[in-house]
Amino acid sequence: MFKKVYNWIDERLDITPLWRDVADHEVPEHVNPAHHFSAFVYCFGGLTFFITVIQILSGMFLTMYYVPDIIHAYASVDYLQHQIPFGKIVRGMHHFGASLVIVMMFLHTLRVFFTGSYKAPREMNWVVGMLIFFIMLGLGFTGYLLPWDNKAYYATKVGVEIAASVPYIGEYIASFLYGGDIVGAQTLTRFFAIHVFFLPGALIAMLAAHFIMIRRQGISGPL
Amino acid sequence: MSNHEHQDSKHQPVQRKEMSRRQFLSYTLGGTTAFMVGGTVLPMVRFAVDPLLAKGGESTLVKVIEESKVTAEPQEVKFKVRQVDGWYKSETEKVAWISRDASGAIFALSPVCKHLGCTVFWNTHGRNEYDCPCHDARYSRDGKNITVANLPLDEYVVEIQDGFVYLGGIIANTRA
Repeated sequence: MFKKVYNWIDERLDITPLWRDVADHEVPEHVNPAHHFSAFVYCFGGLTFFITVIQILSGMFLTMYYVPDIIHAYASVDYLQHQIPFGKIVRGMHHFGASLVIVMMFLHTLRVFFTGSYKAPREMNWVVGMLIFFIMLGLGFTGYLLPWDNKAYYATKVGVEIAASVPYIGEYIASFLYGGDIVGAQTLTRFFAIHVFFLPGALIAMLAAHFIMIRRQGISGPL
Repeated sequence: MSNHEHQDSKHQPVQRKEMSRRQFLSYTLGGTTAFMVGGTVLPMVRFAVDPLLAKGGESTLVKVIEESKVTAEPQEVKFKVRQVDGWYKSETEKVAWISRDASGAIFALSPVCKHLGCTVFWNTHGRNEYDCPCHDARYSRDGKNITVANLPLDEYVVEIQDGFVYLGGIIANTRA
């Protein structure tokens, strides 16, 4: 049945080369943990992506209940976590996944660094990777405010004060992030928009560039 | 072709520098594209940066304490101010540490640490200084920064009317 449907579509649209190109390629021996167990270090990039997908999915589901408003934000998080079945699990995925992404990404960066994989011709991919790193930090920073509890409030306050210490433009950065001059209603909506639309958009574009480059250039050779 | 034209240029009518069809089309398309991109992006950018351009609301004076109760020892006063945060209007509590200097003039310091914005308290370690609980910043009686922070504590505008102290907006420290 599935095969028939697939063939029907494939006859018309020739989709086989599309997924072949994405999925069907050799994994070199030196990066395959089945050959050398120590090659598990080459899995960190893929694990980072795996957790990123979980973050995007769990985040999408969280917005079914979450309200980015200073009156209701905390109550909506409390409700979705404690009243909705599996709320603890879904929010937990997003909460702990956020830390895990940073950990995995850091391990991936260390692997790339210590195997020298950032060297020519892969310098651009290193730079894109660094951009992804900063986007992830931005996602962490903006997401931290959204539960609108004391920890969120003060973390944002301190974070924006640090941004405000940038010479000359610091004050402008701060009032852009605050959406005014306090951590308040406008900061919350702003951080929500940045967390849910702007940064994920940038992240997906950067990930696409990261993956296209690694497919073009192939994985770096053994040490 | 162009060589031929060049040789005969004296006998030919003057060649005007006309725009080619291709150039005209690319200018038109480019202009239209720029107009459409500008028309789309400009409103969104102006929309996003509005807080940068908004004027800070002027602060009103609030009565906080009787003049006679202010001593040389800093004391904490709390007062309510109206706060407008976009569509959310509320009353918020502000804190000032108010005292007299050697000449008897009253001044009020804002307890927001100039290091990273925590709240400082007077004399928590018995040193007659303002101490910040977060990173151990210290300030003198006048709010002068002693360690960690690199700016003195801000002051409130102080006015005395009919034996009462009124506090206004926040200004940079004038004493340290």
